Amino acid sequence: MYNKLIFEISKPGRIGYSLPKTEVPSFDLPNELSREEELLMPEVSELDVIRHFTNLSKKNYGVDQGFYPLGSCTMKYNPKINEEVARNANFASIHPLQPPTTVQGALEVYATLSDYLSELTGMSAFTFNGFAGAHGELIGLMIMKEYHMKRNDTKRTKIIVPLSAHGTNPASSALVDFEIIGIKTNEKGLVDLDELKSVMSDEVAGMMLTNPNTLGLFETDILEISKVVHEYGGLMYYDGANLNALLGLVRPQDMGFDIIHLNLHKTFSTPHGGGGPGAGPVGVNADLVDFLPNPQVRKVNGQFELFYNPQSIGSVSGFYGNFLVVLRAFAYLLTLGKENVAQVAKYAVLNANYIKEKLKGHYKLPIDDNFMHEVVFDGLISEKATTLDVAKRLLDYGYHPPTIYFPLLFHQSLMIEPTEVESKETLDAFIEAMIKIAEEAETDVELLKTAPHHTVVRRLDEVTAARNPILKYRDTLND
Amino acid sequence: MFKYFPHTEADIKEMLAVVGKKSLDDLFSHIDPSLLEPKDFNIPSSHSEDELRDKLNRIGNKNKQLTSFLGAGSYDVFCFSACSALTSRQEFLTSYTPYQPEISQGTLQYIFEFQSMISELTGMDVANASMYDGATATAEAIFMATSNKRKNAILVSSTLNPRVLEVVKTYAKYRGVEIVMIESDNYVTSINDFKNKLTDEVAGILVQQPNFYGIIEDYQEISDLIKEKNLHFIMNADPSTLAVLKTPKAWGADIVCGEAQTLGIPLAFGGPYLGYLACSKALMRKIPGRIAGMTKDVDGKRGFVLTLQAREQHIRREKATSNICSNQSLNALQSVIYMSLLGKQGLKEVAMRAYNNAHYLYDSLLKTGLFKAVHNHPFFKEFVVEYTKDAKDLNRHLQENNVLGGLVLEGNHLLLCATEKRTKEEIDQFVKLVGEHNV
Amino acid sequence: MSKILKDLLYLASHEWVRVEGNVATIGITDYAQSSLGSIVYLESSEVDETVTQNETFGTVESVKAASDLVSPVSGQVIEVNQDVIDNPEKLNEDSYANWIIKVEISDQEELKNLLDATAYEAETKYNV
Repeated sequence: MYNKLIFEISKPGRIGYSLPKTEVPSFDLPNELSREEELLMPEVSELDVIRHFTNLSKKNYGVDQGFYPLGSCTMKYNPKINEEVARNANFASIHPLQPPTTVQGALEVYATLSDYLSELTGMSAFTFNGFAGAHGELIGLMIMKEYHMKRNDTKRTKIIVPLSAHGTNPASSALVDFEIIGIKTNEKGLVDLDELKSVMSDEVAGMMLTNPNTLGLFETDILEISKVVHEYGGLMYYDGANLNALLGLVRPQDMGFDIIHLNLHKTFSTPHGGGGPGAGPVGVNADLVDFLPNPQVRKVNGQFELFYNPQSIGSVSGFYGNFLVVLRAFAYLLTLGKENVAQVAKYAVLNANYIKEKLKGHYKLPIDDNFMHEVVFDGLISEKATTLDVAKRLLDYGYHPPTIYFPLLFHQSLMIEPTEVESKETLDAFIEAMIKIAEEAETDVELLKTAPHHTVVRRLDEVTAARNPILKYRDTLND
Repeated sequence: MFKYFPHTEADIKEMLAVVGKKSLDDLFSHIDPSLLEPKDFNIPSSHSEDELRDKLNRIGNKNKQLTSFLGAGSYDVFCFSACSALTSRQEFLTSYTPYQPEISQGTLQYIFEFQSMISELTGMDVANASMYDGATATAEAIFMATSNKRKNAILVSSTLNPRVLEVVKTYAKYRGVEIVMIESDNYVTSINDFKNKLTDEVAGILVQQPNFYGIIEDYQEISDLIKEKNLHFIMNADPSTLAVLKTPKAWGADIVCGEAQTLGIPLAFGGPYLGYLACSKALMRKIPGRIAGMTKDVDGKRGFVLTLQAREQHIRREKATSNICSNQSLNALQSVIYMSLLGKQGLKEVAMRAYNNAHYLYDSLLKTGLFKAVHNHPFFKEFVVEYTKDAKDLNRHLQENNVLGGLVLEGNHLLLCATEKRTKEEIDQFVKLVGEHNV
Repeated sequence: MSKILKDLLYLASHEWVRVEGNVATIGITDYAQSSLGSIVYLESSEVDETVTQNETFGTVESVKAASDLVSPVSGQVIEVNQDVIDNPEKLNEDSYANWIIKVEISDQEELKNLLDATAYEAETKYNV
């Protein structure tokens, strides 16, 4: 298998570009301002570049080629029509600081999608300045802080976060100097209402929650939870990572949430790109709209414009977020349309429960309840191998493994989310592989412990990588 | 039926039987009925592909493509066909974060190559896999400094891009970090004001190079004084200039951050862009974001993994240095491809082309007699000049001719830019249009 | 069952301390090194720096986890075990023989706040 760094196929004198001819005169860059160090960059032909990256791509696995049962990631199909429209030069070649009259199309996309998302979620307005879910969380928490500061309520220093929450929740809270109160999950896998009541006070700015939660269970007490938090003057923040379970059926606003973020790269089909760019729009209730980050989009006398609201939390992005990602989500929503938007959740939930039923004879299901769009197992019933071993063996069967070791609630967590785009045949094949692996754990456990066997590299030494990090090509040159 | 939903009636029937429910709605029966009342969403009907193309073309036509002489944080760069051909490959586009390294070697390797190239350009020992954008990367750079020194204040030069400053201020406000502004003096950082404000209470200083006005500042004295006090020297640098300009390392910086959109990322109305963050070896375990490292597998084969993850949110939770979970991976790939095509020679050629274009524009504009110089500092691809007539109106006139003019600053000053993409004809045309402006 | 030495005092956060006169020798317990897994990095306060009981004096990292090191005593750091800082994997080999810092105790009264071996053992039983 191809195994070269771009630097390793370099040969002095090769180039991979051609530039237009120029007759602009040359000017001198003063010596004292010039770079002195050698620049170690590849020198390759265009074909070298094409072959190099094409061969690298063959070592990857995309959702276009196979099932990606990653819990909490909503790896659904990334429609190609969205890619086509995003490449339109009228969107891709626009400078962000052009006069508003020359960017009415771009602003229309933002304003219109904000309206559609408000419809679907019940919120009053959205900002698209959030680059990702975690960024959206940060924005939401800044809004929460600002809201209380504006009320001159300085004692609100705490935020309630379930211990089962995604790591970004407490990390984001710490970035705005909130003290985190972690609350436990009860034996039904849900927020412990009594514990919530006991920690709630007028020092709590609000609560961060995802619903369904990270176990894939719907917080059936949500209306009571919101009531408790609101009674004490706190705000409710919705982590929209799991919206695929409720899209078009339940609105976060109806559940009592005041601020929400969405993950366009999850629920709204924009591609993950190997780790980004995503988008984390933030939606708020009417009384929080002024706090949204700057600039905000508004329509004045029939024209869209960007304006700087003096009440805003400030700016959290150099410009206006990941516009081309937002554009793709806009295209997706138009493709789904009114007729289909409420079906997404139904098929997603059906798929997850189907997998639950078929695998619970082999994988531990500590809570056997009405799962929503994802199901969490706690490793093999036989305990003959760890979840890590199962995941690595699944690679040999040609699948990307589910999410492992999250949520932290169980020691051998295995979280599976089969989105609505997966057919019964895909699920059956996956189930068959998972059952085979469970059986292999009994009869030939070494197969799991030394897996994967058929991938381009096998288990990697992460310990040495962390002890003696080699983080760039230059680090390898003294070997 | 719908093209993204594969379930047939037969499938649904079979699956419901397995699950033990009578209907799809039954799957939601444990939810409070008040939440499930049917909604009539005011959103459009489902669009077919042609309907979608039509609609988006109509919306797109309300945008106008202009020949850009505006920089101010977003720059017109060359687009190579290999970039989009490779980034649209499904293995790159539709793959997930490389948490399972055995089937993500493609992603991990290009991240490693990106880190290598950013390290080369900046002179830093460590670069991460990218940040959301230059502005947020700069805010994170500041927190690296304040956390590491356990101080709550930082000096920031007023010659920093105001949009980046806004983001830095917002982040700092909610984190309780004090931003101490260093005044500018004739478009460069005031050395005297810096000396007055340099105390033991600050974690270091943040400067921009070239600065917001396009000027290549002499940071030697600031660097020496910062070093004396063992504080952090953070430089927000345009990486595309570093192929030819004195590096942040040579200036004495130990944290380097900024916007790598200039390395092959389209204008895109502001996003997605490509933040980057790099640092010296001493700060390796304090840098936020993803990092790929080289290692071996059980058979001794070379491979790549995400490493130093213990700093990240999914492990440290509230003690993480940052909450960042994703990066701008696909854009990092695009810039690696761009930098590979250009290579050692091309990066220098492109940088000098921008330098030459900007200086040619500057000289040509001054020659018209309609513009005045306002300083004589060296600049790279942007510069400030004073216009003798109405600058706002000039821009209106330029726009009517499909040209995007400079950023209007106080006193009829303009911040103009000519990147490597501008041709002599376009520059001459710009000068001609200026000549035709009457107001 | 993790190893617990009877003659040491402990914090619930899995640090141990050996008190000899006015000098405290500090490290992490067997339970800590075992939960962390292969340790890849160690950072601690330096000589002459002060530490405070129940406050952090460093960090220990493995591939999958990172933990603050909490000081069982208050005082001034008089010695740092550079060998273990440079080779943190030694903590996995023997977390009691490989101490991390030595501190000159400023307040002997504070020792009352620490757990003895029996009390620490009870802690690790319930700490899943």
